[in-house]
Amino acid sequence: MLDEKYRSEIETILAKYPPDQKRSAVMPLLYLAQKEYGYVTEAALTEVGALCAMSPTQVAGIVGFYSLYYDRPGGRRRVQICTDLPCALRGAEKFADDLCQKLGVKLGETTKDGEFTVEAVMCLAACDKAPMFQIQDRDGIHYHESESADKPMTVEQAMGILESYKSKE
Amino acid sequence: MPEHILLRHRDIPDIHRLDVYLQHGGYEAFKKVVTTMTPQQVIDEVKASGLRGRGGAGFPTGLKWSFLTKDSFPRYVTVNSDESEPGTFKDREIMGKNPHQFLEGVMICAYAAQANVAYNYMRGEFWDIAVQLDQVLAELRERGFLGQNLFGTNYSLDIHNHLGAGAYICGEESALLESIEGKLGQPRLKPPFPADKGLYHKPTVVNNTETLTNVPMIIARGAAWYKTIGAEKSSGPKIFCLSGHVKHPGNYELPLGATFRHLIYELGGGPPSGLKVKAILTAGASSSVLTGGDDILDTLMDYESVAAKGGALGSASIIVLDESVDMAWLALKTSRFFKHESCGKCTPCREGTYWMLNLLERVNKGEVMRADIDLLNNVAAQIQGKCLCPLGDFAAAPVLTSLKQFRADFDAHAKDAKKPAPAAAKPAAPAARPAPKPKEPAPAGD
Repeated sequence: MLDEKYRSEIETILAKYPPDQKRSAVMPLLYLAQKEYGYVTEAALTEVGALCAMSPTQVAGIVGFYSLYYDRPGGRRRVQICTDLPCALRGAEKFADDLCQKLGVKLGETTKDGEFTVEAVMCLAACDKAPMFQIQDRDGIHYHESESADKPMTVEQAMGILESYKSKE
Repeated sequence: MPEHILLRHRDIPDIHRLDVYLQHGGYEAFKKVVTTMTPQQVIDEVKASGLRGRGGAGFPTGLKWSFLTKDSFPRYVTVNSDESEPGTFKDREIMGKNPHQFLEGVMICAYAAQANVAYNYMRGEFWDIAVQLDQVLAELRERGFLGQNLFGTNYSLDIHNHLGAGAYICGEESALLESIEGKLGQPRLKPPFPADKGLYHKPTVVNNTETLTNVPMIIARGAAWYKTIGAEKSSGPKIFCLSGHVKHPGNYELPLGATFRHLIYELGGGPPSGLKVKAILTAGASSSVLTGGDDILDTLMDYESVAAKGGALGSASIIVLDESVDMAWLALKTSRFFKHESCGKCTPCREGTYWMLNLLERVNKGEVMRADIDLLNNVAAQIQGKCLCPLGDFAAAPVLTSLKQFRADFDAHAKDAKKPAPAAAKPAAPAARPAPKPKEPAPAGD
């Protein structure tokens, strides 16, 4: 249960907002639920709702609206490659295809070992460091960018980064 | 190169550390306003500086602060750090590298608004920066720059970060407020404006990250100094985000009123392909497409001059497209973005972006007739001016202006396209026969 395991985190979150505006806490609480369960489970909808005075249905609406919340399990980590306009002008679409090929998946699929779900996503505000991707896992979201325009990230370098995640908890 | 006003970390190493920031006059401006100025005096100084909102709309900042409903409390300040416009990556650099100047701007704004709580709404992807900023905020509380009775006065202030979760629409100010309230990020009907009924229906200032980062320098050095930078109606420095087909993409801090040519060619090095610039988007994906002609390249990058050319400076996110770009592909990319990001509240935007994308996918696969391209134009035009927030207009702008200026790029995909004459298609081929004129025999001896 979130309430027992993360009591102090929950208190910290709720304290940011006025006492009569608990609903404001729903977004940070959903991140907490994903930290615990990997995605927002049915049970989590009820748990989160109870903490911030919302019905499970209302919480599900939030999960559906915002793209960084998930209502079903994916790989242990999500590899989210920006293929939006500025990155695409610098070869991000080919980079995404090549990385998928290396991993043996299509965009949207999860690697056989269950480690990575690979997705193409909209602009991540790192247009000068294309190609780039972020990794979303239970502990948060981390950027991996090209060093510079002269030194764009290669698929081999990206594979090395992914490999380094495998050794983490 | 003159000093940076906003990207000061490029001149001063380690300015992200509190001790270094303090050595360089950090939080003196905040102390000055809290201990020696009335909120009205702060608003007047910011008004006099001519500072305009850097998030896109360019609304005068001091004026915005002066609109707060009188005698209505509590009030809130919310910072728009949602930075999701394709081609925009300046607020991320500010918050990551020069966090104290940004936060001091938030604090001065909060004092001017007489708000005791401020929320910094960051897009969820800025997770790591939020972790850093949380540590900075904790340090500021410890050192007495945030908290109760600041500098021995009766003014109190705290700042909290609030992470979004992947929704471009939350960069629209009323959708941002809805999102902090724990609701779907859908824009509100205006009026009432946030200055009257904003966060929790209390008077609220919503300002962009970069806008507020200007404020400590305006207080420290004065509005008159600030006015000396930039253009007549667009004063101050601006961070221009340069991306796409240039050798040196990146953030460039320049006075408002520099030319596109200076940015794209002198600083950006021009297209790496050596091709000419075909078109530019000046405000990210939500731009009217401007051609790469000399009159555009020599246009001054300030709010008025870009508007006079039919564009908008917006957040100054300049995406450069060289001549290799097929504008039907460009329209596909921007439409895919806006279809994904439409919040679904207004029918013209929700349905219109869906159908624009549908048509553009078919255009790019060569599965259309020219009449379908007219239909695309029609659908885009039907979105314009019919939605609660600007997202619908943003979605239509690159499609309509691409069609207007580069219609041939679209028609080339149509099944009933007029095939270009071989001579025109391959001007360099000496053996090419001239296109035969209808009902006329080919010239003898050819």
